Amino acid sequence: MTTNYALEVEKLSKRFGDDEAFVIEGLDFQVKKGEFICLLGASGCGKSTLLNILAYLDSPTVGNVRVADRPTLMFQDASLMPWLTAGQNVELALRIKGLAKDARRARAQELLELVHLGSAFDKRPHELSGGMRQRVSIARALAQEKSILLMDEPFAALDAITRDFLHEELLGIWKRTGLTVVFVTHNVREAVRLGQRVILMSSKPGRFIREWNIELSEPRRIDAPEVATLASEITDHLRNEIKRHG
Amino acid sequence: MAEVNKEQSELGRLSAGLDALESKSTQSESLARKVFNFSGPLIAMALFIGIWQIVFQLRFVEEYVLPSPNQVYQALVNQYQQGILLTAGWNSLSRGVQGFALAIIIAIPIGLLLGLSKTARVVLKPITTGLQQLPSVAWVPAAIIWFGLSNATIYAVILLGAIPSIANGLASGIEQIPSQYLKVGRVLGATKVQQIRHFVLPASFPGFLAGLEQGWAFAWRSLMAAELIAVSPALGTGLGQLLDVGRQLGDMALVLGAILSIMFVGILVEKLAFAPIRDHTLKIRGLK
Repeated sequence: MTTNYALEVEKLSKRFGDDEAFVIEGLDFQVKKGEFICLLGASGCGKSTLLNILAYLDSPTVGNVRVADRPTLMFQDASLMPWLTAGQNVELALRIKGLAKDARRARAQELLELVHLGSAFDKRPHELSGGMRQRVSIARALAQEKSILLMDEPFAALDAITRDFLHEELLGIWKRTGLTVVFVTHNVREAVRLGQRVILMSSKPGRFIREWNIELSEPRRIDAPEVATLASEITDHLRNEIKRHG
Repeated sequence: MAEVNKEQSELGRLSAGLDALESKSTQSESLARKVFNFSGPLIAMALFIGIWQIVFQLRFVEEYVLPSPNQVYQALVNQYQQGILLTAGWNSLSRGVQGFALAIIIAIPIGLLLGLSKTARVVLKPITTGLQQLPSVAWVPAAIIWFGLSNATIYAVILLGAIPSIANGLASGIEQIPSQYLKVGRVLGATKVQQIRHFVLPASFPGFLAGLEQGWAFAWRSLMAAELIAVSPALGTGLGQLLDVGRQLGDMALVLGAILSIMFVGILVEKLAFAPIRDHTLKIRGLK
């Protein structure tokens, strides 16, 4: 791959069985290195299927995916291992990556500090709030040192205040690390708040409908008027798509 | 740069505030609760002995049918002074523990196979489940025919009693692992071996532990049955044999004393070996 793309998806279709309907159909898009894109869609748009394929957890039925580097994936729930402490969860990623034992602890501590959880190393997942768990999950993803981060509705289960804080935290990390982020959500404002580009997908099957380049000023707040204006424009398109299924 | 740092410390303070607000305060057990947890069972036991004493004094039945608590105690003291009680208890316990340890070693690969391979599960699960259902005392006659009145008979019965429970416990622990954990393992790039070592084994541990507890209960029961049936000077004296001596002498106090001793060892193993591991496992996982 000679390009400055982190990720190229070509005519990608997926179905789970020869007689089944396509879950996603004919997806075509590229993501530049260091870009932050949001994939937006209602239920059934095949977001998770797409991310599973991008993360090598599943293979396409038709089409091609090219990635600069095997991506890492974050889920809606933090998916921490309950028998490990926060720090050990991060260390596990480092261990699988092959980091020597004495280097692991220091690096895990560093990563937890990056997500403002420096003092939570020895806490068990059940002792942390949902937002804190999701930050440990971010630290674990960063531990892998991949250049592409896929996020599957990572903040959907959090309250608005925590989500707002995590938006800021995530954007800070993105700017400092130069990661390529593919962020899937069904929350229009969240997409407009975070992405440099928002791609709207249809449902059943998931197809590309339209995309918006977000040229709003940085940093922008989720309650900024220009965010609201663009969000309502995108919401209209999303609603038209949903009505089609009625 | 100063700008970035300022932004960072803003975010840090926001984060600290949010975390402080959202953290649950962990409640520790009150002192009264702790005292009750300890004294409650003792009170129940004292009540039981009290009722037993009253029934004894009302003379509903003859003394040889129901001796008094004190007579049972005296019978145990008598055995103790002859050096038999501790030897018998120790013989049984060490046989039980050794047999159980061997059972764990054999059961783990079987459990892994059953848990990890669907084919093995379909083919073998009915057999292990059948064995688990079978009271292992049923193996005693077979074992005596195979191995005679030897230690091999006793260990065979322990193994046949414990292995199916441990293997099935591990297998169902593996089957019940949330698929999400394994998905995380794949995202992190774990090899097959790492997947088993870092995800499958720890995730299935609660199921495995339940299998161990049931396996020990079965092992201990089968051991007592084996000792009771397979009596021979070559086998030495265990608690089961002590029970048989009591029966032959028509000494009800000794029989009851032996029964209480068998229960006592069972409780001891549960409280000292299994309960701490179980409590710790559930506590760190937030299941308790």
